[in-house]
Amino acid sequence: MAGSGCDLFEFGHRACGGCGAALAARLILDAAGKDTIVCSSTGCMEVFSTPYPETAWKVPWIHSLFENNSAVASGVEASLKKQGRKEKVIALGGDGATFDIGVLCISGAFERGHDITYICYDNEAYMNTGIQRSGATPYDASTTTSPAGKCSLGNKRQKKDLPAILAAHGAPYVATASIAYPADVKKKIQKALETKGPCYVQIHAPCCTGWGFEGEKTMAIGKLAVETGLWVNYEMEEGKVTRAKKVVRKPVEEYLKEQKRFRHLFKPKRNDEEIGKIQAIADRNAERYGIDLKIKKD
Amino acid sequence: MMEIMEGSHAVAHAVKQCRPQVIAAYPITPQTHIVEALADMVADCHLDAEYVTVESEFSALSACLGASAAGSRVYSATTSQGLALMFEVCYNVAGMRLPIVMTIVNRSLGAPLSIWNDQQDSISLRDSGWLQYYAQDNQEATDLHYIAYKVAEDHDILLPAFVCLDGFILSHTYEPVEMLTQEQVDSFLPAFSPYQRLDADDPISFGMYATPEYYMEFRYEIDRAMQRSKKAFSAAGKEFADLFGRDYSAPVEGYRLDDADTALVAMGSICGTAKDAIDEMRSSGRKVGLLNVRTFRPFPGPEIAKALSGVSRVAVLDKNISLGAKGAMGIEVKDALYGSGIPVLDYIIALGGRDVRKKDIAAVVDMAEKNQGDLFYGLRKEVL
Ligand SMILES: Cc1ncc(C[n+]2csc(CCOP(=O)(O)OP(=O)(O)O)c2C)c(N)n1
Ligand code: SF4
Repeated sequence: MAGSGCDLFEFGHRACGGCGAALAARLILDAAGKDTIVCSSTGCMEVFSTPYPETAWKVPWIHSLFENNSAVASGVEASLKKQGRKEKVIALGGDGATFDIGVLCISGAFERGHDITYICYDNEAYMNTGIQRSGATPYDASTTTSPAGKCSLGNKRQKKDLPAILAAHGAPYVATASIAYPADVKKKIQKALETKGPCYVQIHAPCCTGWGFEGEKTMAIGKLAVETGLWVNYEMEEGKVTRAKKVVRKPVEEYLKEQKRFRHLFKPKRNDEEIGKIQAIADRNAERYGIDLKIKKD
Repeated sequence: MMEIMEGSHAVAHAVKQCRPQVIAAYPITPQTHIVEALADMVADCHLDAEYVTVESEFSALSACLGASAAGSRVYSATTSQGLALMFEVCYNVAGMRLPIVMTIVNRSLGAPLSIWNDQQDSISLRDSGWLQYYAQDNQEATDLHYIAYKVAEDHDILLPAFVCLDGFILSHTYEPVEMLTQEQVDSFLPAFSPYQRLDADDPISFGMYATPEYYMEFRYEIDRAMQRSKKAFSAAGKEFADLFGRDYSAPVEGYRLDDADTALVAMGSICGTAKDAIDEMRSSGRKVGLLNVRTFRPFPGPEIAKALSGVSRVAVLDKNISLGAKGAMGIEVKDALYGSGIPVLDYIIALGGRDVRKKDIAAVVDMAEKNQGDLFYGLRKEVL
């Protein structure tokens, strides 16, 4: 598996087999190297990697709360500056910590221009508390707080465009990536860490437990998200999209039908209207980021 | 050198002399003058600190937490709603054993909105694991900062500390304050040496999660450290007295208690008024004394019991109320005197900035002598 050369994130953690977030952690440390301090927020990542008295982190690591890792990172950075130290500072949060409860602190840290890299591992829901919707949960996904039911098709909103919001803060470098493309993740993390000022990297990290697929399919699911255009890997420099991964797009249902969270779109009967709306989201993404190599005709 | 200074400025000056390396704070009345004064000092290169201009109190204390964990001496100040917004982080700072010192310029909590003084804010965090020191006047407010850093950073203690002073009554009042020189402060307070820090050369994890197998022991350790801090406070106070002549070595301070029948117990600036009122009552032959509680956490129960052992009754003046119960100090003083047979009467007084005059203190003593207590003092019946 990618990242196997990395020994800074130990294998003895307690994530579910096939956890995309655990893979993200390894890629992050692989890219960042040992002179790095990680400020983590509450969530799966914290819980599976640090059950006292054990820890999977071989770099200095601190967890304070669910919502404050970017403020903690601001303090760490200020402290290092004062002491003339040069470690890199990463704030690491799930999508809930990043899109919802932590936005105030992230906004503050970015506006102040701290030299930190904020990394969101985006598993598209609050997994640690049992799969509740977040501002990053995709349209129509069924979660425990946006369940599909007789009168509901799941989550009613599209993902919040947090990369654009942070780019609008003047962040010099903003990028999205997917654990299904490990080399790309590492390259982007390295670039963010090398860029002075507050940078943001959002890593799509499929969650087998929360999305409902077998653990060995994590990479395949991650790839399908990119290949359907529902997830776009792109970079923004000084507020402008400078690069986006091009694909030969597949229909969104190839991605949707693999996951229990979208099962209500196919059972008891196929819901063409809703699948059409999700296809439209992918089409808009494709247009906005210019990712089409050539539309695949079925 | 004796100077006439605003309380806030005296505190800011003392903080500067403690050489904080990182400051993060968010403005709120009546704390503002302190953080503005510190910002001026940084801007004019009189203080070499990183000043993080955060977007909220929540981030202020979070940034302090990170900075402290990374190995710097750290300072913040707040009050009232600001402290309430920090609640979650307060528990975290104490749980991680980070010796942050924070000034609390005491103010009441809304609703209704009130910017005026009582001590509900810091009292509400009494269980969080922060040391809580209360100042009677601006001299004490100033000096307690040096002592607070010394106790908090002691490697046998490692707990954060509130230095509390009454909003406006102290913070905005000009009083003569004897300031130490930087050399004097340096001789008392050594440079910060963190017990552990975030460091790539020696990586450790801070703030992990603990299962039921481990959690209770962490709380026990904090409680033990709190108890040990009594000695550290006395030792620091004694050293301070030996060096500079002002003695803060006792967690409680008695005033005309030796032959008192009625003892008042209070914290903060109200003690000054109480002392004047006691002098007047004494001159008309009434045996009244005062016990000033300087350290509310750790609570000096045995010291209080000892100091009050000879009195006939105790009247506690509480500038806070645990709604549905009593004033926080009333409850704890009663606990300290349990089994002594001495009646403890509680008076909720001066909430939301209501003025306390000498005649109010005398009225409380009158009521206590008639065994009337456990009430809100000075309620305006016509607005109820
Ligand atoms: C203030 C606060 N509210 C709620 C929680 C409960 N909580 C802990 S983790 C979590 C969800 C984390 O979600 P996310 O950031 O997406 O990370 P994940 O668990 O998916 O990895 C919640 C709601 C909390 N710890 N603190
Ligand atoms: S629930 Fe999801 S994110 Fe959490 S450990 Fe399991 S796979 Fe990873």
